[in-house]
Amino acid sequence: MAKQIEVAGLDAYYGSHKAIEGISMTIEPRSVTAFIGPSGCGKSTFLRTLNRMHEVIPGARVVGKVRLEEQDLYGAGVDPVSVRRTIGMVFQRPNPFPTMSIFDNVAAGLRLNGRHSRSELEGVVEESLKGANLWNEVKDRLNKPGAGLSGGQQQRLCIARAIAVRPQVLLMDEPCSALDPISTLAIEDLISQLKQDYTIVIVTHNMQQAARVSDRTAFFNLAAQGQPGKLVEMDETSKIFTNPAEKATEDYITGRFG
Amino acid sequence: MTVQTGIQPISAVRRVKDRLVQVLVYLAFALAVIPLVSVLWLVVKNGIGRLDMEFLTHSMRNIGARDAGGGAYHAIIGTLEQVLLASLIAVPIGLLTAVYLVEYGEGGRLSRTISFFVDVMTGVPSVVSGLFVLAFWILVLGMPFSGFAGALALSILMMPVVVRSAEEMLRLVPGELREASYALGVPKWRTIVKVVLPTAFTGIVTGVMLAVARVAGETAPLLLTVFITDSINNDPFNGPQMGLPLYVFDQAGRPTDTAIDRAWTGALTLILIVMLLNLVARLITWWRSPARRR
Repeated sequence: MAKQIEVAGLDAYYGSHKAIEGISMTIEPRSVTAFIGPSGCGKSTFLRTLNRMHEVIPGARVVGKVRLEEQDLYGAGVDPVSVRRTIGMVFQRPNPFPTMSIFDNVAAGLRLNGRHSRSELEGVVEESLKGANLWNEVKDRLNKPGAGLSGGQQQRLCIARAIAVRPQVLLMDEPCSALDPISTLAIEDLISQLKQDYTIVIVTHNMQQAARVSDRTAFFNLAAQGQPGKLVEMDETSKIFTNPAEKATEDYITGRFG
Repeated sequence: MTVQTGIQPISAVRRVKDRLVQVLVYLAFALAVIPLVSVLWLVVKNGIGRLDMEFLTHSMRNIGARDAGGGAYHAIIGTLEQVLLASLIAVPIGLLTAVYLVEYGEGGRLSRTISFFVDVMTGVPSVVSGLFVLAFWILVLGMPFSGFAGALALSILMMPVVVRSAEEMLRLVPGELREASYALGVPKWRTIVKVVLPTAFTGIVTGVMLAVARVAGETAPLLLTVFITDSINNDPFNGPQMGLPLYVFDQAGRPTDTAIDRAWTGALTLILIVMLLNLVARLITWWRSPARRR
């Protein structure tokens, strides 16, 4: 199920502004990769290039290669819609569909992509909600609106919605930054479970979180405001946090800037 | 000069200003309500007398100039058919235009041009749309006076209102929801149909109802396109029809008290119909709102 991602020489633009430059890395399957770095360094932008969500913004474009197990995601004739079906995404703020019930939210990905029988949907919804550790809390009110849940529950609902379409990679853009510590813990536990089956990439501003959940960590930085963000280094999380190769990484994780 | 520290009571000047503004706001509210209430009161007082079964079920056929009785059945049917047809034309076109402007236009030249002309159309006097249909549909194409011609004129008036309100509502849908849908691998058109439009649904219905309410009372475009008749004509595509605004106009122009009474009742009926439609729309939005299921 999980697949490896390989990025080579990737630049991303917003109109004429270059947001990230020359990023190359390999993201290992069945592991958690964390992106850290100061605000505006292009972590989220880079994350969004991995499933072609970057180009949803008017004027945004990408140069370079992203390969998912030898398939170039930016190759000619590749359908961005099918890329996003393969590489799911969870956003910073929980965003369940307000017009849909909990059940419909989880089933949305399948239902909006074609016909499925009710029993098939029920199976997937239960499995996905269990996968997101939400089943026990909501199993008696599946037809209530998803927007009525608490913030942490909504975020787990969004994770359930993302894994319901069985992606091979799960991208998470600061999934805990709008949540309280208990909900954060629940999501972190969930991430460590999900990595058995998925390739997970998580952007976080919380360095303890990166240290807790990730296997590998990539540090991004930008030379100055207005300059494009670059990948400074990427290594085993334990190495980044104890003995980084670059001075900038050490300065950042010890809190000297950013 | 002494320097005062600490928390002080509200000064007398601020108290007076506060009172003054409060009085002004209430006064403005009262001024706005007076004409509304007095119009409603006058229409109800003068119209309630003839609001009976005969009025609702009979036309003006074979009612002599001085006869009492008679009704507006033909006008009610005409108004309902004309407004329905106008909505069937204007709502889909208006909605699709709004979807284009918000989801596909992206501030390009075409979308700015469309926006401009929609704004211009909002300001078109209603009689001009009637003249346009009269000149184009009836005189150039040689079509007969009919309810449908009236509906065409009304739809021209409805369209910009629908576009504007639907556009506002679609813009209120957070971009996050579209992104959430794209991230699930849902194509753009399905995202619009299944996520964006349902989220904006209640607002769009309200906008459509405002447009309906606006055109239901239009007289001038109907005068030029529907003509006037005293008989029931159920077929909106053929021959002159009646409409409630026309009926009020026609009856109010007659010199007898019975006709004047019918005009008042016609006006009351029109208000009631618009109110009823609004009520139905509210029921629909309530039934569709997520809050109901909570």
